[in-house]
Amino acid sequence: MTVTAPPTTRAGAGGPDLTRAALSGRRRFSNHLATTAIWAAVLLAVIPLALVTYEVVIKGSGVMSLSFLTEDIPNSYRREGGGMAPAIVGTLLITGMAALMAIPLGVFGAIYLNEYGKQSPLARLIRLMADVMTGVPSIVMGVFIYISWVLLVGQQTGFAGALALACLMLPVVIRSSEEMLRLVPDELRQASMALGARKWKTTLTVVLPAAISGITSGSLLAVARAAGETAPIVIVTGIVFAPNSNLFDGFNTALPAQIFRNASQPFEAAQDRAWGAALTLIVIVLGFTIIARLIASRFAIKER
Amino acid sequence: MARNDADLTSRPSVSVHAPGTASAGVMPSTAPVMQLRDVSVYYGSYEAVRGTSMPIQQNQVTAMIGPSGCGKSTVLRALNRMNDPIPGARVSGEVLYHGQDLYAKDVDPIQVRRRIGMVFQKPNPFPKSIYDNVAYGLRINGIKGRLDDHVEEALTQAALWDEVKDKLRKSALALSGGQQQRLCIARTIAVKPEVILMDEPCSALDPIATAKIEDLMFELTNDYTIVIVTHNMQQAARVSHYTAFFTAEVDEKQVRHGRLVEFSQTGKLFTNPADKRTEDYITGRFG
Repeated sequence: MTVTAPPTTRAGAGGPDLTRAALSGRRRFSNHLATTAIWAAVLLAVIPLALVTYEVVIKGSGVMSLSFLTEDIPNSYRREGGGMAPAIVGTLLITGMAALMAIPLGVFGAIYLNEYGKQSPLARLIRLMADVMTGVPSIVMGVFIYISWVLLVGQQTGFAGALALACLMLPVVIRSSEEMLRLVPDELRQASMALGARKWKTTLTVVLPAAISGITSGSLLAVARAAGETAPIVIVTGIVFAPNSNLFDGFNTALPAQIFRNASQPFEAAQDRAWGAALTLIVIVLGFTIIARLIASRFAIKER
Repeated sequence: MARNDADLTSRPSVSVHAPGTASAGVMPSTAPVMQLRDVSVYYGSYEAVRGTSMPIQQNQVTAMIGPSGCGKSTVLRALNRMNDPIPGARVSGEVLYHGQDLYAKDVDPIQVRRRIGMVFQKPNPFPKSIYDNVAYGLRINGIKGRLDDHVEEALTQAALWDEVKDKLRKSALALSGGQQQRLCIARTIAVKPEVILMDEPCSALDPIATAKIEDLMFELTNDYTIVIVTHNMQQAARVSHYTAFFTAEVDEKQVRHGRLVEFSQTGKLFTNPADKRTEDYITGRFG
Protein backbone atom coordinates (compact mmCIF):
# COMPACT_ATOMS: atom_id res chain seq x y z
CA MET A 1 0.00 0.00 0.00
CA THR A 2 1.66 3.11 -1.19
CA VAL A 3 -0.52 5.36 0.93
CA THR A 4 0.74 3.94 4.20
CA ALA A 5 4.40 3.87 3.17
CA PRO A 6 6.46 5.49 5.94
CA PRO A 7 8.15 8.74 4.96
CA THR A 8 11.58 7.13 5.21
CA THR A 9 10.86 4.95 2.21
CA ARG A 10 12.93 5.98 -0.77
CA ALA A 11 11.14 7.34 -3.80
CA GLY A 12 10.61 4.67 -6.35
CA ALA A 13 9.57 2.08 -3.82
CA GLY A 14 5.96 2.44 -4.86
CA GLY A 15 5.64 6.25 -4.68
CA PRO A 16 5.92 8.45 -7.75
CA ASP A 17 9.36 8.50 -9.34
CA LEU A 18 10.61 12.06 -8.89
CA THR A 19 14.04 11.61 -10.47
CA ARG A 20 15.00 13.29 -13.70
CA ALA A 21 15.20 9.90 -15.40
CA ALA A 22 11.43 9.65 -15.14
CA LEU A 23 10.97 12.50 -17.61
CA SER A 24 10.12 11.51 -21.12
CA GLY A 25 12.97 11.49 -23.63
CA ARG A 26 11.38 14.29 -25.60
CA ARG A 27 11.17 16.64 -22.61
CA ARG A 28 14.77 15.91 -21.62
CA PHE A 29 15.87 16.55 -25.18
CA SER A 30 14.04 19.88 -25.50
CA ASN A 31 15.39 21.00 -22.13
CA HIS A 32 18.96 20.27 -23.27
CA LEU A 33 18.32 21.96 -26.57
CA ALA A 34 17.04 25.15 -24.96
CA THR A 35 19.91 25.31 -22.47
CA THR A 36 22.48 24.77 -25.22
CA ALA A 37 20.87 27.40 -27.43
CA ILE A 38 20.94 29.97 -24.65
CA TRP A 39 24.60 29.36 -23.89
CA ALA A 40 25.49 29.48 -27.57
CA ALA A 41 23.69 32.82 -27.94
CA VAL A 42 25.59 34.26 -24.99
CA LEU A 43 28.94 33.11 -26.40
CA LEU A 44 28.14 34.42 -29.86
CA ALA A 45 27.21 37.80 -28.39
CA VAL A 46 30.36 37.99 -26.31
CA ILE A 47 32.80 36.97 -29.08
CA PRO A 48 32.72 40.22 -31.10
CA LEU A 49 32.79 42.28 -27.91
CA ALA A 50 35.82 40.42 -26.58
CA LEU A 51 37.63 40.51 -29.93
CA VAL A 52 37.11 44.25 -30.39
CA THR A 53 38.30 45.00 -26.87
CA TYR A 54 41.30 42.66 -27.23
CA GLU A 55 42.33 44.11 -30.59
CA VAL A 56 42.03 47.71 -29.45
CA VAL A 57 43.88 47.11 -26.19
CA ILE A 58 46.74 45.19 -27.87
CA LYS A 59 47.21 47.61 -30.77
CA GLY A 60 46.41 50.74 -28.78
CA SER A 61 48.68 50.03 -25.85
CA GLY A 62 51.64 50.00 -28.28
CA VAL A 63 51.52 53.78 -28.63
CA MET A 64 49.93 54.54 -25.27
CA SER A 65 52.13 56.69 -23.07
CA LEU A 66 51.96 59.89 -21.11
CA SER A 67 53.26 61.83 -24.10
CA PHE A 68 50.51 60.35 -26.32
CA LEU A 69 47.93 61.80 -23.95
CA THR A 70 49.59 65.20 -23.58
CA GLU A 71 51.25 66.05 -26.91
CA ASP A 72 49.83 67.81 -29.94
CA ILE A 73 48.76 65.97 -33.08
CA PRO A 74 51.57 66.06 -35.68
CA ASN A 75 50.49 68.12 -38.66
CA SER A 76 51.80 65.46 -41.01
CA TYR A 77 50.25 61.98 -40.86
CA ARG A 78 53.61 60.54 -41.95
CA ARG A 79 55.45 61.80 -38.86
CA GLU A 80 56.13 59.38 -35.99
CA GLY A 81 55.22 60.13 -32.36
CA GLY A 82 53.07 63.01 -31.27
CA GLY A 83 49.86 62.62 -29.30
CA MET A 84 46.13 63.06 -29.16
CA ALA A 85 45.78 65.78 -26.52
CA PRO A 86 43.68 68.11 -28.76
CA ALA A 87 41.24 65.31 -29.54
CA ILE A 88 40.99 64.24 -25.89
CA VAL A 89 40.30 67.82 -24.80
CA GLY A 90 37.84 68.19 -27.68
CA THR A 91 35.97 64.96 -26.90
CA LEU A 92 35.64 65.81 -23.20
CA LEU A 93 34.52 69.38 -23.79
CA ILE A 94 32.23 68.76 -26.77
CA THR A 95 30.56 65.68 -25.27
CA GLY A 96 30.34 67.36 -21.87
CA MET A 97 28.71 70.45 -23.34
CA ALA A 98 26.32 68.31 -25.38
CA ALA A 99 25.34 66.35 -22.26
CA LEU A 100 24.85 69.60 -20.35
CA MET A 101 22.40 70.76 -23.00
CA ALA A 102 20.62 67.53 -23.84
CA ILE A 103 20.18 65.78 -20.48
CA PRO A 104 18.32 68.49 -18.51
CA LEU A 105 16.22 69.34 -21.55
CA GLY A 106 15.52 65.67 -22.22
CA VAL A 107 14.62 64.85 -18.62
CA PHE A 108 12.29 67.84 -18.39
CA GLY A 109 10.77 66.81 -21.69
CA ALA A 110 10.22 63.32 -20.34
CA ILE A 111 8.62 64.77 -17.20
CA TYR A 112 6.26 66.76 -19.38
CA LEU A 113 5.35 63.70 -21.43
CA ASN A 114 4.78 61.32 -18.55
CA GLU A 115 3.49 63.56 -15.76
CA TYR A 116 1.67 66.36 -17.56
CA GLY A 117 1.06 65.72 -21.26
CA LYS A 118 0.23 62.00 -20.94
CA GLN A 119 -1.97 61.12 -23.90
CA SER A 120 -2.75 64.66 -25.06
CA PRO A 121 -2.32 65.38 -28.78
CA LEU A 122 0.73 67.55 -28.11
CA ALA A 123 2.41 64.82 -26.05
CA ARG A 124 1.67 62.23 -28.73
CA LEU A 125 3.15 64.52 -31.38
CA ILE A 126 6.31 65.09 -29.31
CA ARG A 127 6.67 61.35 -28.77
CA LEU A 128 6.33 60.72 -32.49
CA MET A 129 8.86 63.43 -33.32
CA ALA A 130 11.32 62.06 -30.75
CA ASP A 131 11.00 58.61 -32.28
CA VAL A 132 11.57 59.99 -35.75
CA MET A 133 14.54 62.02 -34.50
CA THR A 134 16.11 58.87 -33.03
CA GLY A 135 16.25 57.49 -36.54
CA VAL A 136 17.91 60.53 -38.15
CA PRO A 137 21.42 59.51 -39.31
CA SER A 138 24.15 61.41 -37.48
CA ILE A 139 25.63 62.74 -40.70
CA VAL A 140 22.29 64.36 -41.52
CA MET A 141 22.32 66.01 -38.10
CA GLY A 142 25.85 67.25 -38.89
CA VAL A 143 24.69 68.81 -42.15
CA PHE A 144 21.67 70.31 -40.39
CA ILE A 145 23.86 71.99 -37.77
CA TYR A 146 26.24 73.13 -40.52
CA ILE A 147 23.56 75.04 -42.39
CA SER A 148 21.62 76.22 -39.35
CA TRP A 149 24.50 77.20 -37.06
CA VAL A 150 27.94 77.09 -38.69
CA LEU A 151 26.86 79.19 -41.64
CA LEU A 152 25.07 81.53 -39.27
CA VAL A 153 28.04 82.27 -37.00
CA GLY A 154 30.49 81.98 -39.87
CA GLN A 155 32.91 79.38 -38.49
CA GLN A 156 33.25 75.78 -37.46
CA THR A 157 33.59 75.47 -33.69
CA GLY A 158 33.56 72.90 -30.94
CA PHE A 159 30.19 74.28 -29.86
CA ALA A 160 28.70 73.42 -33.24
CA GLY A 161 29.84 69.83 -32.59
CA ALA A 162 28.24 69.95 -29.16
CA LEU A 163 24.99 71.18 -30.71
CA ALA A 164 24.97 68.33 -33.21
CA LEU A 165 25.67 65.74 -30.49
CA ALA A 166 23.01 67.26 -28.24
CA CYS A 167 20.45 66.93 -31.03
CA LEU A 168 21.41 63.28 -31.40
CA MET A 169 21.22 62.63 -27.65
CA LEU A 170 17.99 64.51 -26.98
CA PRO A 171 15.44 62.00 -28.33
CA VAL A 172 17.26 59.09 -26.68
CA VAL A 173 17.28 60.87 -23.32
CA ILE A 174 13.61 61.83 -23.65
CA ARG A 175 12.37 58.37 -24.53
CA SER A 176 14.52 56.43 -22.07
CA SER A 177 13.73 58.84 -19.22
CA GLU A 178 10.02 58.65 -20.01
CA GLU A 179 10.15 54.86 -19.79
CA MET A 180 11.82 55.12 -16.38
CA LEU A 181 9.24 57.61 -15.11
CA ARG A 182 6.49 55.31 -16.33
CA LEU A 183 7.83 52.56 -14.09
CA VAL A 184 7.33 54.67 -10.95
CA PRO A 185 4.18 53.26 -9.32
CA ASP A 186 1.17 55.58 -9.29
CA GLU A 187 0.62 54.75 -5.61
CA LEU A 188 3.63 56.93 -4.75
CA ARG A 189 2.19 59.91 -6.62
CA GLN A 190 -1.14 59.40 -4.86
CA ALA A 191 0.50 59.13 -1.44
CA SER A 192 2.32 62.39 -2.02
CA MET A 193 -0.82 64.06 -3.35
CA ALA A 194 -2.81 62.91 -0.30
CA LEU A 195 -0.27 64.63 1.93
CA GLY A 196 -1.02 67.93 0.26
CA ALA A 197 1.94 68.06 -2.11
CA ARG A 198 1.60 70.02 -5.30
CA LYS A 199 2.30 68.23 -8.52
CA TRP A 200 5.72 69.74 -9.20
CA LYS A 201 6.73 68.96 -5.62
CA THR A 202 5.62 65.36 -6.02
CA THR A 203 7.47 65.10 -9.30
CA LEU A 204 10.70 66.56 -7.95
CA THR A 205 10.78 64.90 -4.54
CA VAL A 206 9.11 61.54 -5.11
CA VAL A 207 8.88 60.58 -8.78
CA LEU A 208 12.26 61.81 -10.00
CA PRO A 209 14.30 60.27 -7.13
CA ALA A 210 12.52 56.97 -7.65
CA ALA A 211 13.48 56.96 -11.32
CA ILE A 212 16.88 58.63 -11.12
CA SER A 213 19.08 55.58 -11.45
CA GLY A 214 17.27 54.43 -14.58
CA ILE A 215 17.36 57.95 -16.01
CA THR A 216 21.09 58.12 -15.32
CA SER A 217 21.71 54.82 -17.11
CA GLY A 218 19.64 55.89 -20.10
CA SER A 219 21.29 59.31 -20.33
CA LEU A 220 24.69 57.71 -20.02
CA LEU A 221 24.02 55.41 -22.91
CA ALA A 222 23.19 58.50 -24.95
CA VAL A 223 26.42 60.21 -23.85
CA ALA A 224 28.48 57.15 -24.71
CA ARG A 225 26.91 56.95 -28.15
CA ALA A 226 27.47 60.66 -28.73
CA ALA A 227 31.11 60.44 -27.66
CA GLY A 228 31.66 57.98 -30.49
CA GLU A 229 29.95 60.03 -33.20
CA THR A 230 32.27 60.85 -36.09
CA ALA A 231 30.36 62.34 -38.98
CA PRO A 232 28.93 65.49 -37.35
CA ILE A 233 32.29 66.27 -35.74
CA VAL A 234 34.10 66.04 -39.06
CA ILE A 235 31.52 68.29 -40.70
CA VAL A 236 31.00 71.03 -38.11
CA THR A 237 34.13 71.34 -35.95
CA GLY A 238 36.94 71.54 -38.49
CA ILE A 239 40.30 70.27 -37.28
CA VAL A 240 43.06 71.43 -34.94
CA PHE A 241 46.51 70.11 -34.12
CA ALA A 242 46.92 71.89 -30.79
CA PRO A 243 44.32 71.76 -27.97
CA ASN A 244 41.60 74.39 -28.20
CA SER A 245 39.71 74.67 -24.95
CA ASN A 246 37.43 77.43 -26.24
CA LEU A 247 34.34 75.79 -27.65
CA PHE A 248 33.01 79.03 -29.05
CA ASP A 249 36.01 80.21 -31.03
CA GLY A 250 38.22 78.36 -33.47
CA PHE A 251 38.23 74.88 -34.90
CA ASN A 252 38.23 71.81 -32.71
CA THR A 253 38.49 68.08 -33.04
CA ALA A 254 37.52 64.90 -31.20
CA LEU A 255 38.78 61.34 -30.88
CA PRO A 256 36.37 59.65 -33.33
CA ALA A 257 37.26 62.19 -36.02
CA GLN A 258 40.95 61.56 -35.39
CA ILE A 259 40.42 57.79 -35.57
CA PHE A 260 38.68 58.29 -38.90
CA ARG A 261 41.36 60.59 -40.34
CA ASN A 262 44.39 58.67 -39.08
CA ALA A 263 43.08 55.18 -39.79
CA SER A 264 42.43 56.04 -43.42
CA GLN A 265 46.10 56.96 -44.01
CA PRO A 266 48.60 54.56 -45.61
CA PHE A 267 51.25 55.52 -43.02
CA GLU A 268 51.93 53.22 -40.10
CA ALA A 269 52.55 56.12 -37.69
CA ALA A 270 49.03 57.47 -38.37
CA GLN A 271 47.42 54.05 -38.02
CA ASP A 272 49.16 53.57 -34.67
CA ARG A 273 47.78 56.90 -33.50
CA ALA A 274 44.30 55.80 -34.61
CA TRP A 275 44.56 52.67 -32.44
CA GLY A 276 45.77 54.76 -29.52
CA ALA A 277 42.87 57.17 -30.00
CA ALA A 278 40.44 54.23 -30.10
CA LEU A 279 41.76 52.87 -26.82
CA THR A 280 41.59 56.34 -25.24
CA LEU A 281 37.98 56.75 -26.39
CA ILE A 282 36.95 53.39 -24.92
CA VAL A 283 38.62 54.26 -21.61
CA ILE A 284 36.87 57.66 -21.54
CA VAL A 285 33.47 56.08 -22.18
CA LEU A 286 34.19 53.50 -19.48
CA GLY A 287 35.07 56.37 -17.16
CA PHE A 288 31.74 58.10 -17.94
CA THR A 289 29.93 54.86 -17.15
CA ILE A 290 31.63 54.38 -13.81
CA ILE A 291 31.06 58.00 -12.74
CA ALA A 292 27.38 57.84 -13.69
CA ARG A 293 26.92 54.58 -11.79
CA LEU A 294 28.45 56.15 -8.71
CA ILE A 295 26.17 59.17 -8.98
CA ALA A 296 23.15 56.93 -9.47
CA SER A 297 23.99 54.77 -6.46
CA ARG A 298 24.45 57.89 -4.36
CA PHE A 299 20.87 58.89 -5.19
CA ALA A 300 19.37 55.44 -5.10
CA ILE A 301 17.67 54.15 -1.99
CA LYS A 302 19.22 51.11 -0.39
CA GLU A 303 16.67 48.35 -0.23
CA ARG A 304 17.85 47.21 3.20
CA MET B 1 -14.14 77.69 17.07
CA ALA B 2 -10.96 77.84 15.07
CA ARG B 3 -12.03 74.93 12.93
CA ASN B 4 -15.05 76.52 11.44
CA ASP B 5 -13.09 79.05 9.49
CA ALA B 6 -10.66 76.61 7.92
CA ASP B 7 -9.29 78.50 4.95
CA LEU B 8 -9.31 76.21 1.97
CA THR B 9 -8.38 78.69 -0.71
CA SER B 10 -4.88 78.72 -2.10
CA ARG B 11 -3.81 81.63 0.06
CA PRO B 12 -0.71 80.49 1.95
CA SER B 13 -1.46 79.43 5.46
CA VAL B 14 1.14 78.37 7.97
CA SER B 15 -1.22 77.37 10.70
CA VAL B 16 -1.72 73.66 10.82
CA HIS B 17 -4.65 72.20 12.62
CA ALA B 18 -3.60 71.03 16.07
CA PRO B 19 -5.89 68.25 17.27
CA GLY B 20 -4.70 68.49 20.85
CA THR B 21 -6.09 71.95 21.31
CA ALA B 22 -9.27 71.78 19.31
CA SER B 23 -10.63 68.50 20.62
CA ALA B 24 -10.54 69.61 24.25
CA GLY B 25 -14.27 69.55 24.58
CA VAL B 26 -14.86 72.60 22.44
CA MET B 27 -17.11 70.63 20.17
CA PRO B 28 -19.54 67.95 21.14
CA SER B 29 -18.40 64.58 19.84
CA THR B 30 -21.48 64.22 17.72
CA ALA B 31 -20.97 67.35 15.63
CA PRO B 32 -20.53 66.43 11.99
CA VAL B 33 -17.19 67.58 10.65
CA MET B 34 -18.22 66.70 7.13
CA GLN B 35 -21.59 66.41 5.47
CA LEU B 36 -22.42 64.86 2.11
CA ARG B 37 -25.50 66.32 0.44
CA ASP B 38 -26.85 64.46 -2.56
CA VAL B 39 -23.37 63.62 -3.80
CA SER B 40 -23.07 61.86 -7.15
CA VAL B 41 -19.74 60.96 -8.69
CA TYR B 42 -19.35 60.66 -12.45
CA TYR B 43 -16.59 59.18 -14.57
CA GLY B 44 -17.26 60.86 -17.89
CA SER B 45 -20.94 60.34 -18.60
CA TYR B 46 -21.12 57.29 -16.33
CA GLU B 47 -22.68 57.98 -12.96
CA ALA B 48 -20.69 55.71 -10.63
CA VAL B 49 -22.42 56.71 -7.41
CA ARG B 50 -25.82 58.33 -7.20
CA GLY B 51 -27.27 60.71 -4.62
CA THR B 52 -25.36 60.04 -1.41
CA SER B 53 -26.18 62.01 1.74
CA MET B 54 -24.56 61.28 5.08
CA PRO B 55 -22.66 63.01 7.88
CA ILE B 56 -19.13 62.29 9.10
CA GLN B 57 -19.10 62.75 12.86
CA GLN B 58 -16.17 64.34 14.62
CA ASN B 59 -13.73 62.07 16.51
CA GLN B 60 -15.67 59.01 15.48
CA VAL B 61 -14.95 56.17 13.09
CA THR B 62 -17.35 56.01 10.17
CA ALA B 63 -17.23 52.80 8.15
CA MET B 64 -18.36 52.34 4.58
CA ILE B 65 -19.23 48.77 3.72
CA GLY B 66 -20.76 47.01 0.75
CA PRO B 67 -20.01 44.60 -2.08
CA SER B 68 -17.35 45.23 -4.71
CA GLY B 69 -18.26 47.90 -7.21
CA CYS B 70 -20.77 49.62 -4.96
CA GLY B 71 -18.88 52.91 -5.09
CA LYS B 72 -17.71 53.12 -1.49
CA SER B 73 -14.08 53.83 -2.44
CA THR B 74 -15.26 56.35 -5.01
CA VAL B 75 -17.21 58.23 -2.35
CA LEU B 76 -14.24 58.06 0.02
CA ARG B 77 -11.94 59.55 -2.59
CA ALA B 78 -14.47 62.29 -3.26
CA LEU B 79 -14.03 63.43 0.36
CA ASN B 80 -10.55 64.85 -0.26
CA ARG B 81 -10.70 65.34 -4.02
CA MET B 82 -8.47 62.39 -4.83
CA ASN B 83 -10.58 61.72 -7.92
CA ASP B 84 -9.55 65.06 -9.41
CA PRO B 85 -6.67 63.76 -11.57
CA ILE B 86 -8.82 61.04 -13.14
CA PRO B 87 -9.82 62.34 -16.58
CA GLY B 88 -13.57 62.96 -16.72
CA ALA B 89 -14.18 62.49 -12.99
CA ARG B 90 -16.78 64.94 -11.68
CA VAL B 91 -18.79 65.41 -8.52
CA SER B 92 -22.26 66.88 -8.18
CA GLY B 93 -24.02 67.77 -4.96
CA GLU B 94 -22.16 69.18 -1.98
CA VAL B 95 -19.33 67.78 0.10
CA LEU B 96 -19.35 70.10 3.08
CA TYR B 97 -16.40 70.40 5.43
CA HIS B 98 -17.17 72.74 8.30
CA GLY B 99 -19.93 74.08 6.11
CA GLN B 100 -17.68 74.82 3.12
CA ASP B 101 -18.27 73.00 -0.14
CA LEU B 102 -15.00 71.26 -1.04
CA TYR B 103 -15.93 71.47 -4.71
CA ALA B 104 -16.57 75.21 -4.71
CA LYS B 105 -14.64 77.12 -7.37
CA ASP B 106 -12.11 78.87 -5.15
CA VAL B 107 -11.25 75.83 -3.05
CA ASP B 108 -7.68 74.61 -3.54
CA PRO B 109 -7.50 70.79 -3.49
CA ILE B 110 -4.03 71.01 -1.93
CA GLN B 111 -5.49 72.80 1.10
CA VAL B 112 -8.23 70.18 1.30
CA ARG B 113 -5.78 67.28 1.29
CA ARG B 114 -3.62 68.89 3.95
CA ARG B 115 -6.60 68.70 6.30
CA ILE B 116 -8.14 65.49 5.04
CA GLY B 117 -5.43 62.85 4.69
CA MET B 118 -5.60 59.40 3.20
CA VAL B 119 -4.23 55.91 3.85
CA PHE B 120 -4.37 53.51 0.92
CA GLN B 121 -5.23 49.86 0.44
CA LYS B 122 -1.72 48.78 -0.49
CA PRO B 123 0.98 50.08 1.86
CA ASN B 124 2.78 52.65 -0.28
CA PRO B 125 5.76 54.06 1.61
CA PHE B 126 8.10 56.23 -0.45
CA PRO B 127 11.37 54.55 -1.43
CA LYS B 128 13.09 56.69 1.17
CA SER B 129 14.23 56.15 4.75
CA ILE B 130 11.67 55.62 7.52
CA TYR B 131 12.51 59.07 8.87
CA ASP B 132 12.14 60.78 5.50
CA ASN B 133 8.80 59.10 4.90
CA VAL B 134 7.35 60.69 8.02
CA ALA B 135 9.19 63.98 7.56
CA TYR B 136 8.07 64.29 3.93
CA GLY B 137 4.68 65.79 4.65
CA LEU B 138 6.17 68.13 7.23
CA ARG B 139 8.80 69.35 4.79
CA ILE B 140 6.42 69.98 1.91
CA ASN B 141 4.12 71.84 4.23
CA GLY B 142 6.97 74.06 5.29
CA ILE B 143 7.04 72.94 8.89
CA LYS B 144 10.53 73.77 10.07
CA GLY B 145 12.35 73.37 13.30
CA ARG B 146 12.12 70.34 15.46
CA LEU B 147 11.41 67.84 12.74
CA ASP B 148 12.84 65.04 14.91
CA ASP B 149 10.22 65.65 17.59
CA HIS B 150 7.39 65.68 15.09
CA VAL B 151 8.63 62.45 13.51
CA GLU B 152 8.92 60.73 16.87
CA GLU B 153 5.47 61.93 17.89
CA ALA B 154 3.87 60.67 14.69
CA LEU B 155 5.60 57.30 14.88
CA THR B 156 4.62 56.95 18.53
CA GLN B 157 0.99 57.76 17.74
CA ALA B 158 1.07 55.16 14.99
CA ALA B 159 2.39 52.59 17.49
CA LEU B 160 5.52 52.07 15.43
CA TRP B 161 8.18 54.03 17.30
CA ASP B 162 9.47 51.16 19.45
CA GLU B 163 9.93 48.94 16.42
CA VAL B 164 11.80 51.44 14.27
CA LYS B 165 13.52 53.90 16.61
CA ASP B 166 16.92 52.25 16.04
CA LYS B 167 16.66 52.17 12.27
CA LEU B 168 15.11 55.47 11.27
CA ARG B 169 17.69 55.93 8.49
CA LYS B 170 16.98 52.51 6.98
CA SER B 171 14.75 52.15 3.94
CA ALA B 172 11.05 51.98 4.64
CA LEU B 173 10.82 49.21 2.06
CA ALA B 174 12.62 46.85 4.44
CA LEU B 175 9.69 46.92 6.88
CA SER B 176 6.99 44.24 6.92
CA GLY B 177 3.63 44.93 5.29
CA GLY B 178 1.93 45.73 8.60
CA GLN B 179 4.77 48.01 9.66
CA GLN B 180 4.69 49.73 6.27
CA GLN B 181 0.98 50.42 6.67
CA ARG B 182 1.50 51.85 10.16
CA LEU B 183 4.31 53.96 8.68
CA CYS B 184 1.85 55.25 6.09
CA ILE B 185 -0.52 56.14 8.93
CA ALA B 186 2.34 57.88 10.76
CA ARG B 187 3.17 59.76 7.58
CA THR B 188 -0.44 60.89 7.32
CA ILE B 189 -0.85 61.99 10.93
CA ALA B 190 2.51 63.78 10.94
CA VAL B 191 0.91 66.68 9.06
CA LYS B 192 -1.91 66.69 11.64
CA PRO B 193 -4.94 66.44 9.41
CA GLU B 194 -8.37 66.66 10.95
CA VAL B 195 -9.87 63.75 9.05
CA ILE B 196 -8.12 60.53 7.97
CA LEU B 197 -9.61 58.54 5.11
CA MET B 198 -8.65 54.87 5.02
CA ASP B 199 -9.29 52.84 1.90
CA GLU B 200 -9.34 49.18 2.96
CA PRO B 201 -6.18 49.70 5.02
CA CYS B 202 -5.98 46.10 6.24
CA SER B 203 -6.88 44.11 3.16
CA ALA B 204 -3.22 43.40 2.37
CA LEU B 205 -2.35 42.50 5.96
CA ASP B 206 -2.45 39.38 8.12
CA PRO B 207 -4.82 39.14 11.14
CA ILE B 208 -2.20 40.19 13.70
CA ALA B 209 -1.18 43.29 11.74
CA THR B 210 -4.87 44.00 11.17
CA ALA B 211 -5.56 43.85 14.90
CA LYS B 212 -2.75 46.33 15.53
CA ILE B 213 -4.17 48.78 12.99
CA GLU B 214 -7.66 48.40 14.44
CA ASP B 215 -6.37 49.16 17.96
CA LEU B 216 -4.56 52.10 16.49
CA MET B 217 -7.72 53.45 14.87
CA PHE B 218 -9.43 53.40 18.22
CA GLU B 219 -6.56 55.35 19.78
CA LEU B 220 -6.53 57.85 16.94
CA THR B 221 -10.16 58.88 17.47
CA ASN B 222 -8.93 60.93 20.43
CA ASP B 223 -7.43 63.36 17.97
CA TYR B 224 -8.81 62.52 14.57
CA THR B 225 -11.96 61.75 12.67
CA ILE B 226 -11.66 58.53 10.68
CA VAL B 227 -13.55 57.28 7.66
CA ILE B 228 -12.76 53.72 6.66
CA VAL B 229 -13.81 51.69 3.64
CA THR B 230 -13.74 47.98 4.30
CA HIS B 231 -14.82 44.73 2.74
CA ASN B 232 -14.77 43.14 6.11
CA MET B 233 -18.06 43.49 7.97
CA GLN B 234 -16.60 42.22 11.23
CA GLN B 235 -13.98 44.93 11.00
CA ALA B 236 -16.63 47.58 10.49
CA ALA B 237 -18.54 46.22 13.47
CA ARG B 238 -15.39 46.19 15.61
CA VAL B 239 -13.93 49.60 14.85
CA SER B 240 -16.67 51.96 13.78
CA HIS B 241 -19.22 54.11 15.52
CA TYR B 242 -21.26 54.77 12.40
CA THR B 243 -21.69 52.59 9.35
CA ALA B 244 -22.84 53.37 5.84
CA PHE B 245 -23.98 50.44 3.73
CA PHE B 246 -23.62 50.85 -0.03
CA THR B 247 -24.78 48.56 -2.75
CA ALA B 248 -24.83 48.49 -6.54
CA GLU B 249 -28.17 48.80 -8.26
CA VAL B 250 -29.26 48.52 -11.84
CA ASP B 251 -31.54 51.36 -12.89
CA GLU B 252 -34.32 51.43 -15.48
CA LYS B 253 -31.74 51.91 -18.28
CA GLN B 254 -29.82 48.81 -17.16
CA VAL B 255 -26.90 50.92 -15.89
CA ARG B 256 -25.22 50.01 -12.60
CA HIS B 257 -24.85 52.72 -9.97
CA GLY B 258 -23.49 52.64 -6.46
CA ARG B 259 -26.04 53.78 -3.89
CA LEU B 260 -26.07 54.45 -0.19
CA VAL B 261 -28.72 52.17 1.26
CA GLU B 262 -28.52 52.83 4.94
CA PHE B 263 -26.56 54.96 7.35
CA SER B 264 -26.84 54.64 11.11
CA GLN B 265 -24.97 53.89 14.28
CA THR B 266 -22.96 50.73 13.82
CA GLY B 267 -24.68 48.82 16.59
CA LYS B 268 -28.07 49.53 15.15
CA LEU B 269 -27.09 48.78 11.56
CA PHE B 270 -25.74 45.38 12.47
CA THR B 271 -28.40 44.29 14.94
CA ASN B 272 -31.51 45.99 13.68
CA PRO B 273 -31.09 47.14 10.08
CA ALA B 274 -33.90 49.24 8.68
CA ASP B 275 -33.49 48.07 5.11
CA LYS B 276 -34.02 44.54 3.82
CA ARG B 277 -30.95 44.82 1.56
CA THR B 278 -28.74 45.69 4.51
CA GLU B 279 -30.05 42.73 6.42
CA ASP B 280 -29.43 40.39 3.49
CA TYR B 281 -25.87 41.64 3.18
CA ILE B 282 -24.89 41.48 6.84
CA THR B 283 -26.45 38.08 7.32
CA GLY B 284 -24.52 36.79 4.35
CA ARG B 285 -27.45 36.12 2.04
CA PHE B 286 -25.99 38.45 -0.54
CA GLY B 287 -22.57 39.79 -1.53
